[in-house]
Amino acid sequence: MSAIDAGDVAVAGLAPRTSRWIMAGRLARDNPLALFGLLVVIVLAVCAVFAPLIAPYGPLDFGAGTKNLDPTWKHPFGTEDLGRDMFSRVVFGARISLIVGFSSVIFGTVVGTGLGIFSGYSGGTIDSIIQRTVDTAIAFPALLILLILRQVMGPSVETLIVAVGIAIIFPVTRIIRGAVLSEKNNQYVEAARALGASTPRILFFHIAPNVAALAIIIATTLLGTAILAEAALAFLGLGIPEGTDFSMLFFLSFVGLDTPSWLGFLEGPAVTWGKDVSAARNSFPVHIWWAFFPGLAITLTVLGFNLLGDGLRDILDPRLRGRL
Amino acid sequence: MQRYIIRRLIQGGIILFVLSVVVFLLLRIAPGGDPAAFRCGFTCTDDKIAAIRKEMGLDNPYFPVSVDLTDPPFVSFNGESQYWRWVRELFNGSLGRDWNGAPVADELQNRLPVTVELLIITLLVTIAVGVPFGIVSAVYRNSPADYGARFGAILGLAVPNFWVATLVILIPIQYWDYAPPLTKTIAFFDSPWDNLRQFVPPAIVLAAVSAAGVMRLTRSSMLEVMRQDYIRTARSKGLRERIVVIRHALKNSMIPVVTIIGLQVAALLGGAVIVESVFNLQGVGIYFLGALVRKDYQVVQTLTVYIGAVVVLLNLGVDILYAWLDPRIRYS
Repeated sequence: MSAIDAGDVAVAGLAPRTSRWIMAGRLARDNPLALFGLLVVIVLAVCAVFAPLIAPYGPLDFGAGTKNLDPTWKHPFGTEDLGRDMFSRVVFGARISLIVGFSSVIFGTVVGTGLGIFSGYSGGTIDSIIQRTVDTAIAFPALLILLILRQVMGPSVETLIVAVGIAIIFPVTRIIRGAVLSEKNNQYVEAARALGASTPRILFFHIAPNVAALAIIIATTLLGTAILAEAALAFLGLGIPEGTDFSMLFFLSFVGLDTPSWLGFLEGPAVTWGKDVSAARNSFPVHIWWAFFPGLAITLTVLGFNLLGDGLRDILDPRLRGRL
Repeated sequence: MQRYIIRRLIQGGIILFVLSVVVFLLLRIAPGGDPAAFRCGFTCTDDKIAAIRKEMGLDNPYFPVSVDLTDPPFVSFNGESQYWRWVRELFNGSLGRDWNGAPVADELQNRLPVTVELLIITLLVTIAVGVPFGIVSAVYRNSPADYGARFGAILGLAVPNFWVATLVILIPIQYWDYAPPLTKTIAFFDSPWDNLRQFVPPAIVLAAVSAAGVMRLTRSSMLEVMRQDYIRTARSKGLRERIVVIRHALKNSMIPVVTIIGLQVAALLGGAVIVESVFNLQGVGIYFLGALVRKDYQVVQTLTVYIGAVVVLLNLGVDILYAWLDPRIRYS
């Protein structure tokens, strides 16, 4: 028991409110694993954003070292078969993983939650049509969507985000719809309707906030899955081609903007962890370190997001423990 | 119950029908890839393509019924159509030819046993590891065994299976000069030992992830059941703890576990693309991937409907198993 506890008790005696910082401290103490997850995620985000400043070499620099080096002080993760520094490649790889993971999950959960709320609240025919569509979509091979998108939009970051996002929409729709069904029979919805609230108003201001916690939990849990999916696609050669020009602010191009020059460090060549693991399979003579570190990076990333998701679930909605 | 099963089967049939139309149309509308050109290969001439198109029936209209809103009477019936031909082939089992010109039915006949053997071994390992660890973890809650098992499960869910598969092949090569047979698939009855050397490592890689899921679910559902009144009753009438756990708690705690195992069977029957490609197993998954990349109409649409049917039937099977495991569940 620490001094904070004693302080808490004293403060609690005087005023009913506990400071947010003390709350956060307590959460961290109760969820050491979630804290570890958060730490991993922060380290990754820093690596991704400041990759050119952290990595000692460029991810595509052939002359960084001798070929197929084991880890040394100069090359902590060794080098690959063209002499490129693996540490630098792993640092740069964080960019694609995080961008694809976050963007696809945000896209998928926002659309899926909207669809789920609409479906659950509407009920009747609309609900059954949406639900049968979801049934069909879940049975549909997601890889086919990806391959068609690749033909239409080219093998870009956007393609990957849309494809992984689409695969996320339908399971999210189903879970959120279930939550809405039990939510809409609550008295607060009836009260809102009695007061003359319109349907969109009920959906946005009354039901959406009540399923928001669930949506956030699902989103965090799905981050790990999305990152694994990106890595697996890269491993199969269906990801983003190595060396493609890539900006972490890629979405600016949707509104016709370029990445501002003072944020130039956010641009760089695309490098993916999955592709390095795949390339190392064909190394001759066998060079395990080449496959080892990118895979370890994927594992740690997914682990971090999963632990964070579990922690968030316990904090936001303890009833879901063991169900999600 | 009977009426429930029939209703679910009809619903499943509708889903499969919609799925078949969607995949059929999507393949043809999406740009790129002409299956006739693929089969024709490098030494292709216009005549050859035309002959292959004719043989594959690609000159026919898409559907048996065409709708044209500009041309009264708006609806016309076509004699032969691509969709109708494919449906006939689905039902009589001759499934046309793939991009190599090989009969799809023969390919599937060779590949399904590989996928099924992988599935069986994976499932055995999953259950043998996941369920006991889940039980121990729940019964000795917050003990070192529990922490160890939970940590293992968290790790298992985070590790990418293509990485584990790669390491499982590379590490023995580098340190022990050992590799499983990777060149061609060996049937179990030809050489059981070589067959197992070939199938057990990929099955363990696949099971690592699914066992982690099963373990976590077993643990949480076991904890839930152990809180129930009838467990207290069983204990208070003096039953030994082992009997309470195995006879009373286990069966009821298996209900959610059955779902997740059902889902995994469905996923594995569709083929495990990554593990099959790393271990060079000629299963359904790698065939499907090859067909997807080449946009091979026949194989992609057939396998999509096959996987859809597997999912529909397994979901129904899981729900029926529910009712058997927990007689309180009634369907109407």
